[in-house]
Amino acid sequence: MKTLATLVASLVVASGVAAQAPAPPTLITHATVLTVTNGTLTDTDVLLQGGKIAAIGTGLRAPAGATTIDATGQYLMPGIIDPHSHMMSDATNEGSLSVTSMVRIADVLDPTDTHIYDALAGGTTTLNILHGSANTIGGQNAVVKLKYGRTAAEMLFPGAPPGIKFALGENVTRKNSGRVIVVGQPQPQPRYPSSRMGQEEVLRDAFTRAIDYRRSWEDYRARVAKGEKNLVAPRRDLELEPLVEVLEGTRLVHAHSYRADEMLMLLELADEFGFTVQTLQHALEAYKIAPEIARHGAGISTFADMWGYKIEAYDAIPYNVAVTMRAGVLSTINSDDDGRARRLNIDAAKLVRYGGLTDDEALATITINGAKQLGVGDRVGSIEVGKDADVVLWNGHPLSVYSHPLTTFIDGEIFFDVERDKAKRAALEAERAELEAAEPNKVPTPSRGGAGRGATPPADSTWESRR
Amino acid sequence: MIRRILTTLAVTLVAAAPLAAQLGSHNPEPGPRETVAIRGARIVPVVGEVIPVGTVVIADGRIQAVGATVTIPTGARIIDGAGLSVYPGMMDAGTSMGLAEITQGAAGTVDNSETGNWNPNVQAIWGIDPHSAHVGVTRVAGVTHVISHPSGSILAGQAALINLAGYTAPAMAVVPRIASVLELPGAGGRGGRGGFGGGGAAATPASGMTPLDSLKQLLEDARAYAKAVAAHAADPSLPRPTTDLALASLGPVLAGEMPVLIPANSESQIKEAVAFAEEQKLRPIIMGGRDAWRIAAYLVEHKVPVIYENTLGFPTYEDDGYDAAYAAPARMREAGVTFAIGSGEPNPDVRNLPYHAGMAASFGLSPEDALRAVTLWPAQIFGVGDRLGSLEPGKIANVVVTDGDILEARTSTRYLFIDGRDVPLGTRHTDLYDIFKVRK
Repeated sequence: MKTLATLVASLVVASGVAAQAPAPPTLITHATVLTVTNGTLTDTDVLLQGGKIAAIGTGLRAPAGATTIDATGQYLMPGIIDPHSHMMSDATNEGSLSVTSMVRIADVLDPTDTHIYDALAGGTTTLNILHGSANTIGGQNAVVKLKYGRTAAEMLFPGAPPGIKFALGENVTRKNSGRVIVVGQPQPQPRYPSSRMGQEEVLRDAFTRAIDYRRSWEDYRARVAKGEKNLVAPRRDLELEPLVEVLEGTRLVHAHSYRADEMLMLLELADEFGFTVQTLQHALEAYKIAPEIARHGAGISTFADMWGYKIEAYDAIPYNVAVTMRAGVLSTINSDDDGRARRLNIDAAKLVRYGGLTDDEALATITINGAKQLGVGDRVGSIEVGKDADVVLWNGHPLSVYSHPLTTFIDGEIFFDVERDKAKRAALEAERAELEAAEPNKVPTPSRGGAGRGATPPADSTWESRR
Repeated sequence: MIRRILTTLAVTLVAAAPLAAQLGSHNPEPGPRETVAIRGARIVPVVGEVIPVGTVVIADGRIQAVGATVTIPTGARIIDGAGLSVYPGMMDAGTSMGLAEITQGAAGTVDNSETGNWNPNVQAIWGIDPHSAHVGVTRVAGVTHVISHPSGSILAGQAALINLAGYTAPAMAVVPRIASVLELPGAGGRGGRGGFGGGGAAATPASGMTPLDSLKQLLEDARAYAKAVAAHAADPSLPRPTTDLALASLGPVLAGEMPVLIPANSESQIKEAVAFAEEQKLRPIIMGGRDAWRIAAYLVEHKVPVIYENTLGFPTYEDDGYDAAYAAPARMREAGVTFAIGSGEPNPDVRNLPYHAGMAASFGLSPEDALRAVTLWPAQIFGVGDRLGSLEPGKIANVVVTDGDILEARTSTRYLFIDGRDVPLGTRHTDLYDIFKVRK
């Protein structure tokens, strides 16, 4: 059923994208505005127009057709950005090979995943959807805006640079999770690499092949430029093309990694091959090598306080971000979990306790820093004029456990609203009551001779005719 | 390069020097019981009104006095509480703290479950590692005592109520055997499940009996055993039954002196658990309780308490509201269900218990009740409400001094007393932080 919905959604894509019109304007007045990049503005108005943050100030006039929301006592913050998610993905790992740079998360996105709505209700608006961590080089990511109710294609973040998932450590060696299904083998098999040594070798081999592949195209183009005729172009290699893009800096590497030694291995290998790792994902021991990470220029995206669930997570500490941030590393908190994606505000708040981040530093780890890590820092992640109108109105300070979102906007359009949600519940209950009262849904009674439901449907039953 | 390594090593050694005393334990040892007065603090006693500025006196391991005007005993150590808040320590009633350190990839550190289905005499207290790194990080978050329970068998053993301080398990024990864990096999005799708590113990139908039949038989045997022991005690001329540790351990359970902790989440599981407990005249406590709020009236009618561990869970059904789990404690409160909030988290994450309560408060439960749900109410459910769960004279001095609301994630603990002992705030995590934050 879900597959069918996805299929239908995919079919609608072509016409849907062009048909999207900007949301009508909304004027939010008298809010406490947590801009993240320019401090906190009290009793401030924010105008959302044309899908953008059009104005920030006091005494703003509502344009024609605008809805005005009196946000007295409420807090406005940028939509939360989750740099590590597996939401919406109908498949997580293509684990049969160690290098699967050819596979794409965008091909398996399910826009009907109800966790999207749950995340919106927690103030989350943008996700970096990644492959799992079964293999050293996973697949191509998808950055999405959580426009629940739209097609998968309409959710893709326009202009977000492409990325790719790498993975190191225990999940790749399969020491905990077992063997993998290998094409052509009847039983699950051990798979190379099964050690951190092998992981380095897999990366070195893949990038060596990518360089050779790039050279074959360079040679070919050079000969074409010289006017040589009747040349056969190199065969396109869908595995190596994304790695060439990594080498050229047009595809961002998001590398699952836990231990300091494996992170350092990747950074040194990247230095050698001439590319920069965009983010170390999880990076639980980043605090042990914060200066080295800063020197390389990678960011980290970590858990606020998850630790101890396996050996390589035993040295994780909730002070991780405090150390890396102070070393100059662009640092974020991610969920990696559809449940936590609903409450990243609380995870950010923990950083105030563990390491003494300021409120703005804590908020940055779930907003602007993530936007920068995903290459969309000029579009989202803070409340600034000209940015996308991806904002969330809260009933209290978002770093308080007592607060929750009231309204979540993406491109100026409401995708979650607590009052609409309540109204929808009433409608759902009415519909349920109607369905339960309908003749075919009544519980059969013994007096009907056990013939069961629908034994004597009315001849003109609409329920019957719908079958 | 060598120079850098040497520098790093030197820095590490310097940083590690003050930690040397902690080698062998991630949890610095608490100090002696002393007389302490926390003066001029905001006091949240949980029972009674908040005292905006007052004093709490601790002595001999107990809370001696709480109030706006309190006479401080001579010689008491005085802690200036200005700007700070004093709370009773929090309690999570559903952990396996100390029994399982690293659950994936380190089987040798996992001791929370025994072989076979009939282990009522297995005691969690003898599997608890006082030096588990979880103990330290949990207590500094303000969770001062927990129930640590075994799992994985139909009769999984006896849970312990422990303070999260002390260098031996007996030193930690508040009530070493406080409840018996029952992972009830599916009613109707469906075999092959250890219980709906998800323990996963393999059920072995013996001579055609279902696991439920076997359970009933075992309880019947235990009753007969208790009767025979009592008969022999009253009249030594009657035969003395051979001691049976398993059957003997069920005596307090069948006498209604020791509650049974039953993992159950769906409506039907909870009702099956309650029906079974009533049939066997047991004192049930439902653990998990995901859908308890849907049958609140039923639980009130049957007077069954719930450790609700699903506050941060997803809605059960697709037409539930997005906040169904968040709002469940408020629903149960309105209906009059006796409940506590548990984290339901693996041991490393039990420290997040206050944020579960905070989420419940964000969705309809009053902040005062949210605090009760992680302090007084769990203590009352397990029959230790006279000893724990509030700041009242005579209670065990598990006291947390914070710089803010104890349920808020931004709040830090400034002082911590467990069993009246000053507990250092160092943990495995601060140790690692201190070592590495100075690297350049």
